[in-house]
Amino acid sequence: MPLSLKAGVKEVQDLSILTARAFVRAFQRPYYFRDILEQMDRIGVGSVVVVMLTGFFTGSVLTLQSAKSLAAFGAKGLTGRLVAISLVRELGPVLSALMVAGRVGSGIASELGSMVVTEQINAMRALGTDPVKKLVVPRIVATTAMLPLLTIVADTIGLLGGLFIAVYVLLINGNVYMSSAWDGLDYVDVFGGLLKPLVFGATVSVVGCHCGLRTQGGTQGVGQSTTQAVVAASILILFFNLILTRIFWAPS
Amino acid sequence: MTDSDLAAPVIQVKDVFKSYGDNTVLNGISFQVRRGETKIIIGESGSGKSTLLKLIMGLERPDNGQIWIENQEITELSEQNLTKVRAKIGMVFQESALFDSLSVRDNVAFRLNELRIHDDEVEARVRENLGFVGLLDAIDKFPSELSGGMKRRVAIARALASKPEILFYDEPTAGLDPITSRTINQLIIALRDVNGVTGVFVTHRMRDAFTLASQYAEGVDGKVEFRREGQLLCIANTRFLMLRSGKVVFEGPDEVLRRSQDSYIKRFLE
Repeated sequence: MPLSLKAGVKEVQDLSILTARAFVRAFQRPYYFRDILEQMDRIGVGSVVVVMLTGFFTGSVLTLQSAKSLAAFGAKGLTGRLVAISLVRELGPVLSALMVAGRVGSGIASELGSMVVTEQINAMRALGTDPVKKLVVPRIVATTAMLPLLTIVADTIGLLGGLFIAVYVLLINGNVYMSSAWDGLDYVDVFGGLLKPLVFGATVSVVGCHCGLRTQGGTQGVGQSTTQAVVAASILILFFNLILTRIFWAPS
Repeated sequence: MTDSDLAAPVIQVKDVFKSYGDNTVLNGISFQVRRGETKIIIGESGSGKSTLLKLIMGLERPDNGQIWIENQEITELSEQNLTKVRAKIGMVFQESALFDSLSVRDNVAFRLNELRIHDDEVEARVRENLGFVGLLDAIDKFPSELSGGMKRRVAIARALASKPEILFYDEPTAGLDPITSRTINQLIIALRDVNGVTGVFVTHRMRDAFTLASQYAEGVDGKVEFRREGQLLCIANTRFLMLRSGKVVFEGPDEVLRRSQDSYIKRFLE
């Protein structure tokens, strides 16, 4: 895929148009509540284990690394604080979103892509149903709603994983760890840490739907769309993360 | 219905052009289909047949020209208004295009469910249409469990579910064995002659095209019987339209097509 400025602008434009169309259609009848619930189950419930594992290992590793660095300053007791802040502000939202981009973004792109190449999308339009309403809106709503919840799971499991390492490996008092973690968190951390996955969820699903729907050719095209969806969504997540971090935690 | 209604065109295509990049697929196509008529569009692969069908269905837009479906010009309509036009039309896609995540029942019921029709009536209509194509047994199966011919018949049942007045068939017999093809052709003939459906039938298989142009169906005591046209009786409701690299090279009944002296047409009929 040649990367020219013109092609890039076109991509952003297409993504914006799809987002706008999905947003308008979401409020028009008929509503597809059943499809939204089904997608929430597939996207949200289906990703819980992946996100739990991500949270656990991240929290554990973070605790090991922070404790080592902090010990050099004699501040091992602040480990919980550092882990909590890093997890809730950055690693929980970003790593969950990246995992979901890999799992859900690719799934959306390949499913819609297959439907394009087998003419199921055209058949749906021929049967009088708007694919944006029936397929795109439920996926965006479900992903955007579920990713913050998944992030809460990742944060919680991450903190517990950190606690486990702190108590059994680093021999830090569990109460010290937890109270230090609790003190470290501000309201803005919780709010920003939950707004991020909202944006990331929308990004993953819009990119996945866009890449899937513009699939061309046969099976090879589906493979390409799937790869593009994961790569583009991941890069956009990291980009939006930078912007959102700058907004919420600007150094005063 | 008066005689003038019968003669009025249901589908009218005027000077339609369509190209993809540098590749001109349709180069000024005009024709019309009257109520109750079946238009058989023939031509070799890549002559623009399927594209033409997609344009009439409003799935794609022409670069130039107009298309009317029952006095409604559709080339400038919004997707939402197109939906209303499409409600009158059923379409059978080339590879069936069944929703593989849904059972046969839900595939056939798709449009009825979208219209929020009551469950009992949906079930009755699904059974009626699956019965028509002879696949009532497969109602709980999924598309992946069906053979190619069965998929095609489910696709016909799905297109029929909302009782459309117009039906489009995009190569409904492609890749099927002769016996299954005959079953499909007979379904299409029955719809044309017994139900009075207006049809557009795209194919490159002349055998199927001539079957459609030479056999007719009669409803006798609730059963459909198929007969072949003879010396005295000639099927007038089926006409050919032949495309060659985006242009119409022939339009008319099968008798004239068979006698054509045009070298390209002669070669095609062999």
